[in-house]
Amino acid sequence: MSKSQSTGSNNRLVAESLDCVRGERTLFRNLNFTLEPGQAGLLTGPNGVGKSSLLRLLAGLLEPVAGICNAPETKALCDDRLALDEHLPLEQALGFWAKLDGKDRAATAGAMERAGLSHLAEVPVRYFSTGQRQRARLARTYLADAKLWLLDEPANGLDTASVEQLGRVLQSHLDHDGIILAASHIPLPIAFDCTLALEPLEELEAYS
Amino acid sequence: MTGSIASIIWRDVRQSYASGGTWLPVIFYLSAATLFPFAVGPDRALLLQTGGGILWIAALLATLLPLDRLIQPDLENGVYDQMIVRGLSDEMIAAARLISHWLAFGPPLLLAAFLASGLMGLEGPALGTLLASLAIATPALAGLAVMIAALTAGLKGAGALGGLLLVPLAIPLLIFGAGSLSAQGTSALLFLSAISLLLVAITPLAAGAALRAVRE
Repeated sequence: MSKSQSTGSNNRLVAESLDCVRGERTLFRNLNFTLEPGQAGLLTGPNGVGKSSLLRLLAGLLEPVAGICNAPETKALCDDRLALDEHLPLEQALGFWAKLDGKDRAATAGAMERAGLSHLAEVPVRYFSTGQRQRARLARTYLADAKLWLLDEPANGLDTASVEQLGRVLQSHLDHDGIILAASHIPLPIAFDCTLALEPLEELEAYS
Repeated sequence: MTGSIASIIWRDVRQSYASGGTWLPVIFYLSAATLFPFAVGPDRALLLQTGGGILWIAALLATLLPLDRLIQPDLENGVYDQMIVRGLSDEMIAAARLISHWLAFGPPLLLAAFLASGLMGLEGPALGTLLASLAIATPALAGLAVMIAALTAGLKGAGALGGLLLVPLAIPLLIFGAGSLSAQGTSALLFLSAISLLLVAITPLAAGAALRAVRE
């Protein structure tokens, strides 16, 4: 019954009759969608409906209870956690992930520039403001140079100019045949090819 | 992949030496060793007889100190999630953590044991055996610490629970480690090596399974 696979040969993001259960609670059932290279999907729905769980599932961090999820081999997840060493300057903190991703210093500098953080390269991450931390998360995501970007509220805490800059980077990723699936309550300045609206399930099995 | 593991180990080791977390067990070890002669008195024969055992117990207690910093901070900060997204397995992450923790824990502890042995009047072959037994056991102690840190990560009061879990599991190490200091010590050292190898071998699997479970 439980069946999940992710093959490198696939460039598309395909979900077939996905079920996700967290704890005792079924978050969604029989979810189907496909995103082709160059396409962006917007994930909407009320709090707690399972948007973050779906993104974690597609990133390979959770196993689907049922269904098939077929994702490109290279994925980048941008969620609410920083995953950067707070005491290190931004450039060094990103440098750790650059090494894991097989990228050089130029790529790190490029990612910081696209996130509008070049001027903070030497500043330890712990001094960053909310918006700057969010941009650091984005820089880490850009740096991975992955095919599929899974973004959980990427515009949280960003000012207007930063949201516009985020839109430009997202558009450029799509122009290079990347795939984006984003959950966002803040309107993102790109054209989404499809909207995936998650609905709360009627029966709350956990509480019955 | 090997490069990734090396980067992860290098990051962890640098972090523990830079944050001072490495020297805390060492200072604890030395203070415990200093207290003992005060408590039992400066009777040289008694110190010689019991000193090795005390240094072994101090090593077990020093193992407990870094428990809450081994897994929890990186787990909370999403570092392990990002590694999984990049295709690393939980077992590989746990193996890297075992190696990096041993590098930050084993050599400093051996140094501390060397210094503390002077307070107990240990010298010559007895000192050699003590250092050999600790050198054999530190990978196992590091492995136990990583396993228990992974098992208790995310729980409230993880530090105290970790101590309760670790002490009984470390008893075989203590028996054969302190036993090797006696006259017929060679076979005890061999048993100690066997237990140490076993613990090191299961650490990546057990800690990896714990990391996977905590993600669900």
